[in-house]
Amino acid sequence: MSLTPQDIERIAHLARIRVTPADVADVQVKLDGIFKLIDEMQAVDTTGVEPMSHGLDMVLRLRDDAVTEINRRDVFLKNAPESADGYFLVPKVIE
Amino acid sequence: MAWNTFSTVAETVKALDDKQVSAVELATHYLDRADALQPALNAYVTLDREKTLVEAAAADAKRAAGETAPLLGVPIAHKDIYLIEGWRTTCGSKMLENFIAPYTSTVVKNMSDAGMVTLGKLNMDEFAMGSSNETSYFGPVKNPWDVSRVPGGSSGGSAASVAAGLAPASTGTDTGGSIRQPAMFCNLTGLKPTYGVCSRFGIIAFASSLDQAGPFAQTAEDCALLLTAMAGFDAHDATSLDRPKENYSRDLSRPLNGLRIGLPKEFFGEGVAPGIAKAVDDALTVYRKLGAITVEVSLPNVKYSVPAYYVVAPAEASSNLSRFDGVRYGHRAAQYSDLMDMYMRSRAEGFGAEVKRRILIGAYVLSHGYYDAYYLQAGKLRRLIAEDFKRAYEVCDVVMGPTAPETAFQFGAKSDDPVKMYLNDIFTICANLTGQPAMSHPCGVDEAGQHVGMQIIGNYLDEARMLNVAHQYQLATDWHRKHPSI
Amino acid sequence: MFSQVTALTPTLTLSRAAGEGVNTVKLHMSQWEIVIGLETHTQLTTVSKIFSGSSTAFGAAPNTQASVVDLALPGALPVMNKGAVERAVKFGLAVGATINQRSIFARKNYFYPDLPKGYQISQFETPIVSGGGLTITLDDGSSKYIELTRAHLEEDAGKSVHEQFDGASGVDLNRAGTPLLEIVTEPVMRSGKEAIAYAKTLHNLVRYLDICDGNMQDGSFRCDVNVSVRPLGQKEFGTRREIKNLNSFKFMQQAIDFEVRWQIAEIEDGRKIQQATVLFNPDTGETKAMRSKEDAMDYRYFPDPDLPPLVVSDEMLARIKASMPELPEAKCARFSSEYGLSHYDALLLSQDGAMASYFETAVKAGGDAKLVANWMLGELSAALNREDKSIEQSPVNAVRLSNLVARIVDGTINHKTAKTVFEALWSGEAASVDAVIEAKGLKQISDSGAIEKIVDEVLAKSAAQIADYKAGKEKALMSIVGMVMKASAGKANPAQANAIVKRKIDAL
Repeated sequence: MSLTPQDIERIAHLARIRVTPADVADVQVKLDGIFKLIDEMQAVDTTGVEPMSHGLDMVLRLRDDAVTEINRRDVFLKNAPESADGYFLVPKVIE
Repeated sequence: MAWNTFSTVAETVKALDDKQVSAVELATHYLDRADALQPALNAYVTLDREKTLVEAAAADAKRAAGETAPLLGVPIAHKDIYLIEGWRTTCGSKMLENFIAPYTSTVVKNMSDAGMVTLGKLNMDEFAMGSSNETSYFGPVKNPWDVSRVPGGSSGGSAASVAAGLAPASTGTDTGGSIRQPAMFCNLTGLKPTYGVCSRFGIIAFASSLDQAGPFAQTAEDCALLLTAMAGFDAHDATSLDRPKENYSRDLSRPLNGLRIGLPKEFFGEGVAPGIAKAVDDALTVYRKLGAITVEVSLPNVKYSVPAYYVVAPAEASSNLSRFDGVRYGHRAAQYSDLMDMYMRSRAEGFGAEVKRRILIGAYVLSHGYYDAYYLQAGKLRRLIAEDFKRAYEVCDVVMGPTAPETAFQFGAKSDDPVKMYLNDIFTICANLTGQPAMSHPCGVDEAGQHVGMQIIGNYLDEARMLNVAHQYQLATDWHRKHPSI
Repeated sequence: MFSQVTALTPTLTLSRAAGEGVNTVKLHMSQWEIVIGLETHTQLTTVSKIFSGSSTAFGAAPNTQASVVDLALPGALPVMNKGAVERAVKFGLAVGATINQRSIFARKNYFYPDLPKGYQISQFETPIVSGGGLTITLDDGSSKYIELTRAHLEEDAGKSVHEQFDGASGVDLNRAGTPLLEIVTEPVMRSGKEAIAYAKTLHNLVRYLDICDGNMQDGSFRCDVNVSVRPLGQKEFGTRREIKNLNSFKFMQQAIDFEVRWQIAEIEDGRKIQQATVLFNPDTGETKAMRSKEDAMDYRYFPDPDLPPLVVSDEMLARIKASMPELPEAKCARFSSEYGLSHYDALLLSQDGAMASYFETAVKAGGDAKLVANWMLGELSAALNREDKSIEQSPVNAVRLSNLVARIVDGTINHKTAKTVFEALWSGEAASVDAVIEAKGLKQISDSGAIEKIVDEVLAKSAAQIADYKAGKEKALMSIVGMVMKASAGKANPAQANAIVKRKIDAL
């Protein structure tokens, strides 16, 4: 499988990463090489195999419904690129 | 024995107990070395002498007051992926160049509770994506054995700092070999525990289903002490295993008589450099002398580890790294036209090439119409690989083989070819995919004098047994006691 | 092709949306079938968020209820709230659905400033609740079963404010992570009326179960309505448009009405409906497609590796089953059979838990069931509506209403004076029924001697009416009784007064 420049643009947009036209070719070459490696796994017939994500069988633990957090807004806002009146600011969102 | 720079954690505890040295003296000593060797090795991203000395003084005060904690006053350096409140935490990325952590990760908190003193934050591949430390925004870490070579990655600073005596021990994280491979490259002992043994809370996520925290030290005995401090159930992590605290040192002195070592034929093929094959063979001879027996096993699906990994890890990473959007913290581009442009530029500027590559791979394999062929297929292969190991453990207690197919390589040797770089993790990745514990210990050198590591892959939750195995080997050998002349 | 059928088809006239010119068209409504499905986001009543210990209280200062998890700080991880799971299970049991004892959380990936992780944790392939349904009753008394597809747990997003800052939007993440149960119907509704009836029934149910406060103003109960039309008799569905975020039943009705007419007009004009998300503008009464997204949404769903499978244990399931309240439908049937109420009255009294409990308290205190029902649905409801009060806030509690009804039954007061008593209780003039009766002298006159005296006085002045009655005008009798009642200041027992008047005139 090989990716087209359109594929690169599509996924770059999905991932919100600006890829300049000049970079597309290099990204494409590198990704093609990686997908060649990845596609080796397509050779395996996995019909009927249950996918696995964590080694040991895990079940979601449930926490009691209780408020345990306090307001730490001032500390958190210190890392914000832009904030005012307790809000994080972003370029105006047009709805 | 008098305390020195390369004293182990166990020896350092004894020296503190015997009042040979104080926590402040220890901290000062390692901070001085760290400062002096920073230009040569670039092992640390952040040092904060004042914070460290406050902690060390507090540890001394506790000792003076008769308080005890298992590792009270022992310094430790943390990979810069662990959040520590008030410390800058960069994850090796421009994205977080100015991020001050507002809370502390559970692992660091556990180690502080055990009395350990934070020396600083260690350099690493950006967002833990890399096997050579060349992807760090803060420049590569150098291998203290040969500064023209890489220290391994992603926990390169963690390995280099301990190898060079800039810290007696360190923490790392391991998503595909990021503890074991640098441990080998720098002649250290490093352990990746069973998935869920160490809390992931407060560790910046790379691939959530693969990431595990673990220790770097000179010896298996130290790793046991460190893991005992690090590990434990954490209600903040839904994947943390809810089980009683373990003492990982409990089996160290057990003899190896009758230990069955499984040797997968897939780990001893043509891909392995001859110098590595020889060192590993020699180590196995030692193990046999110690009473172990070796049996051949087969892990036929392990050869699909790397492809499966390069689906799972980028897929999870692409989603995990979406939070770095320049809104609440992290890098925001100086110039942008609107919200979309702000996202696109901030992320393009904040992430390095390898991170971006992996995010793009992840976005692709999860995108509409590709999920079944990639993420689902990789998940099924994880099951098949786990079943291979399950069969192997019917005839053996631990699996062994080389940690990596090549020893430490020169800077730039693989940085232009991602696939070549990825294949360096060919033997380590499987344990992340299955969630099993795995470790690396020093077992010799190749023709070029570069260090070889023996990987031990254990069954789930068999850490104490694996540490016992490595410790017995280390009692019989002295590879682990060799230090670079730097 | 249907636009040619004209002769016998009722037509409807409307103005087309502004901006397209005021263009009067005739639509052939009866040729079309409307297909509606609803997706309702109900905020669950947990005190803390679905994946963190932050408060879910409404109205706090921006970002003061946003923890490391809600802000998606690096290294933060979600931890599941048991209260949210229990509420979802409770809902599933109430609608007769399948509780999937193993369900999976997935990540829905997209970028938006109020979505801090860059993904929403939701349930995709395996929701916690599958199937089930609700019976709705329409105004004409007919009922219909609305099948549910599923109900799944997910987290709410934060909010952006657009007016407060110059050239910037402000992001407030207090709401981020509030637990939602998204309840999805099959496309089985065939009119706006059915959709409204469903939404109201669901709204009653979630409040009844106490899993959602139902506050539509604050966004606790938000409906997305999928609307399509197809020619009568056609099997395939038409292309649907989704009206987002309706937070009042009135707007929902207006939005559906507009949307249906718009779609029919489009098709009859020879255009095709494009799948779209639309917003309803209450000011214009129109729906309008949102600016089309720059990229087709590709959410890249995958199971959230931070959250192992959600397992509802047998023990939990049994415990919630045992704690289930009697459901409105069962309660309605019981009110009919046990208390002899009409189906309509039983339905009205059983839909709301507080109403039902008021009713049963009053009856248990000794009030006649039918009279209690009449009073609740009559005077009491009118008074509550007038003052915009809930039944819990009623100044006349169930026991007092029961006492009031008891005094009617035992003949102490009649229906007319009972209203006076009710008003006095409502306004707080007096604390007990008997005290009001006493203070206002409302006690009914049932002493026949006293009534006879009044009747004699009235008859003495009513020669004309007596003559009319004798001449066969039955109405004249009523007029005389009325005068007797008036002379007694309403206190004479009406039945007795009637009998005495009749006896005396007949004897004349």
